[in-house]
Amino acid sequence: MKILVGIKRVVDYNVRVRVLPDGSGVDIDGVKMSVNPFDEIALEEALRIREAGNADEVIVVSAGGDEVQQQLRTGLAMGADRAIQVKTGEPLQPLSVARAFLKVVEREGVELVLLGKQAIDDDNSQTAQMMAALWDRPQATFASEVKLDGGKASVTREVDVGLETVEVDLPAVVSVDLRLNEPRFVKLPDIMKAKRKPLETVSLEDLGVAVEGNLEIGSYEPPQPREKGIMVEDAAQLMGELKNRGLL
Amino acid sequence: MNTILIIAEHDGRELNAATAKTLSCAGEIGGTIDIAVMGHGVAEVAAQAAALDGVSRVVTVDAEHLAKPLAANWATETVALAGDYSHVIGPSTTFGRDLMPRIAALLGANQVSDIMAVSGPRTFKRPVYAGNAIVEVTVAEGSKVVATARTASWKATGGGGAAAIESRPAVAGPAEHTRYVGLEIEGGERPDLQSAARVVAGGRALASEEQFALIYDFADKIGAGVGGTRAAVDAGYCPNDMQVGQTGKIIAPDLYFAFGISGAIQHVTGIKDAGTIVAVNKDPEAPIFEVADIGLVGDLFTVIPELESLLG
Repeated sequence: MKILVGIKRVVDYNVRVRVLPDGSGVDIDGVKMSVNPFDEIALEEALRIREAGNADEVIVVSAGGDEVQQQLRTGLAMGADRAIQVKTGEPLQPLSVARAFLKVVEREGVELVLLGKQAIDDDNSQTAQMMAALWDRPQATFASEVKLDGGKASVTREVDVGLETVEVDLPAVVSVDLRLNEPRFVKLPDIMKAKRKPLETVSLEDLGVAVEGNLEIGSYEPPQPREKGIMVEDAAQLMGELKNRGLL
Repeated sequence: MNTILIIAEHDGRELNAATAKTLSCAGEIGGTIDIAVMGHGVAEVAAQAAALDGVSRVVTVDAEHLAKPLAANWATETVALAGDYSHVIGPSTTFGRDLMPRIAALLGANQVSDIMAVSGPRTFKRPVYAGNAIVEVTVAEGSKVVATARTASWKATGGGGAAAIESRPAVAGPAEHTRYVGLEIEGGERPDLQSAARVVAGGRALASEEQFALIYDFADKIGAGVGGTRAAVDAGYCPNDMQVGQTGKIIAPDLYFAFGISGAIQHVTGIKDAGTIVAVNKDPEAPIFEVADIGLVGDLFTVIPELESLLG
């Protein structure tokens, strides 16, 4: 069985992003870029499934310019067998990413797609569900546990009220949440080894996917700052303040 | 003229409050607003939806295989209803975030996730980078608007409505590839972190899993949910699912207590929409005081017992 893992290049989660003065976006000049943290969890899960003998190959895929090869190499260093760059110079909307990844799925005969539940830049949380819809296959989003059993997967999902379990037939798309696992650290020899692993580039046009989308992205603005608060001296004052404001 | 369809979230008995919040977002967009109530045996939930203020019509789709909100089944039925509408909107809860993008893809549209403000009938503001930036997004003419309403940004509409209830037959049978197994409700009596009106959270200063019990005790005394920082989770003081912040849960309780939390950006982005932030920290320079509404420089190990005794 082949597993496909989507990887997005995003601003590192430790970076405080700033909106550009002209509102055209956020400042990413010289900023550290990383693999989307949720995608690392997806990849870790894929590697564990392969290591348990339930998959033969783990392929990482990313859509973007040549800069995404950095993140694909990170995926290879973590342990993916090979990488595919879907090359495009244009920012893609989620539906186009879903269409492109689905073309890769069809070409490779992938049976399980693992994606992060959302990217920490756009916070859209759409691509996995869209892939499942276009593929007419099951989706199991926000997974905190994935158990494979033959042609089926039992997936525990983190929902607002607790943990929901669904059983899906493969092929299926699973989006992963934080609790699923703790991604491994990449060691230096793995980085060296990753340089020799195959990284294929295929253009969006070759996959037959158009750069199009129904959303027009307008201007960015910083969030409204919170109003300046007050300092109190002790617990009694704090409690008094909370009671005065009707909060306790 | 906008025609808006809201997808109701419910557990088979009660309409989730997120539905009324989504309704107030729809009200801001303007137009006729219908609510779709899918499920099995939904008469009671449909009546609750019909009583919300500002609803024109409630449309029920009742079938055995719709009893649980499996996205594959609910998306098919929603698409069948969507022809009459310009906008299809759900809440940005895990329910809506699971279902709505599947609907959007079937309708050939990208979704507008987490509407926090309405600038026009097709133009919305939404948070990106965990709320560190706000972007305005316009949906092109000729495309349906498929969106989720960010529940932390909208107040629930009131009651007093009396909308007509219509029923429609399901257009498809169950998706054979997906089976609902069960739901385990977490946290016992403690309120769910994501929707709790009060949250008490602890950071690295708690110093051990044993001492984190102080946080649980205080939370239970005031009926609050419990959260932790990434540092506290990484150190093993509290479980992963309690992590509040950019890579954890983004929450907006009315009252938030940050005990021994320094206020790393990662964490603060998860609480920025809280009503009132209370911070207790030994370090007067801690960045958490920059966002706190009420700050107290002090040792949480003495402050928490004092607060508890003041509660009586």
